[in-house]
Amino acid sequence: MKLKDPLTRYVVQLGDDALIMGHRLSEWMSRAPFLEEDIALSNVALDFVGRARLFYQYGAELMGGEVTENTFAYQRDVRDFTNLLLCELPRGDFAFTLSRQFLYDAFSLPFTQALCKSTDSRLAAIAAKAEKESRYHLRRSRDWMLRLGDGTAESHERCQNALEQLWIYTDEMFERDALLDGLIASGIAVDPASLRLTWLETVTETLHAATLTLPEPQGGVTGGREGIHTDDLGFLLAEMQFMQRAYPGLQW
Amino acid sequence: MPDLWDLLDSVMDPEIPVISLYELGVLQDISRNGETVELVLTPTYIGCPALGIMEEDARAALTAGGYDQVTVETRLAPAWTTAWLTPEARRKMSAYGVASPEAGSIACPQCGSTDSKIISEFGSTACKALFRCVACHEPFDVFKAL
Repeated sequence: MKLKDPLTRYVVQLGDDALIMGHRLSEWMSRAPFLEEDIALSNVALDFVGRARLFYQYGAELMGGEVTENTFAYQRDVRDFTNLLLCELPRGDFAFTLSRQFLYDAFSLPFTQALCKSTDSRLAAIAAKAEKESRYHLRRSRDWMLRLGDGTAESHERCQNALEQLWIYTDEMFERDALLDGLIASGIAVDPASLRLTWLETVTETLHAATLTLPEPQGGVTGGREGIHTDDLGFLLAEMQFMQRAYPGLQW
Repeated sequence: MPDLWDLLDSVMDPEIPVISLYELGVLQDISRNGETVELVLTPTYIGCPALGIMEEDARAALTAGGYDQVTVETRLAPAWTTAWLTPEARRKMSAYGVASPEAGSIACPQCGSTDSKIISEFGSTACKALFRCVACHEPFDVFKAL
């Protein structure tokens, strides 16, 4: 499924980020360290899947015809997904999941705030809803960074290890490509590069408070926006899409 | 035919069945367009699974009242906020055991103490957090300020 219209590509890209992040979070359901955290992770997963639905519904309207939100989620293959690699990495341990969440939430909040000003009124409306939730998500994931980083020797080590592993995937959030250039010029898309300083300030402040060390800058891994993914996304899709692949159009 | 607002006043939130969809702020508008009744709903949380149930419940109430043709529009802007809860709705929620933050302070629905601690940012549903009262030690749900 090749998308051509720039707005549709952008909308679906935002949906992909949200869906893949939401799916990774949903994998914790019934596996979290304790009940409250199980509920919290599932709730944040719901927020992201809900966000994906709003973007995909909009994308489906822009495409017209037989395309629905489910087409984007269930009937595209790995190379069609344009989510950030950060979102698709396996959930790892609890420290890895929460560190990923923190690094993404610290980006997602200023991103949704900026998207509220999009010249596309539908995107602005979705962003106005998402922004409130991102504020909440960031408060929670920041709190976990403090608890894990400034917790026991083991939680500190796991959290620091997670940050070191995740760091090379953070550059991609701020990358501009040809698609964005055009949409930024028309005021539709957010220029992610403009959010980098805000993000870095949040991350630096939090890691310092959590007695964690900011990882050394490394060359960033990118490719998600062009459909070049890690091996892990294929396995995620195999599980997520199984039912619709085996029984196309199935409803229950 | 019964009045539309009277019919819909009986449609309660599925999770907090003491306040109506209108009191919650989810039901934004009702209008007639010929034979068709048009509802405007706004979701509390994007991922709230209850929105589908709210829509079904509203449709069922209207159908039972003799209105067969119902269209539902989901409106995102302006985004829903807890500020839309009326004092009456907040009182009913508190009596039901769900506190709602008002002017920054949270009162325990059991004993009224404002001395409480957060247990979890997320409670039994996306829109609630879990607190514990320091005075009476009872845990309680808090409607998250959004």
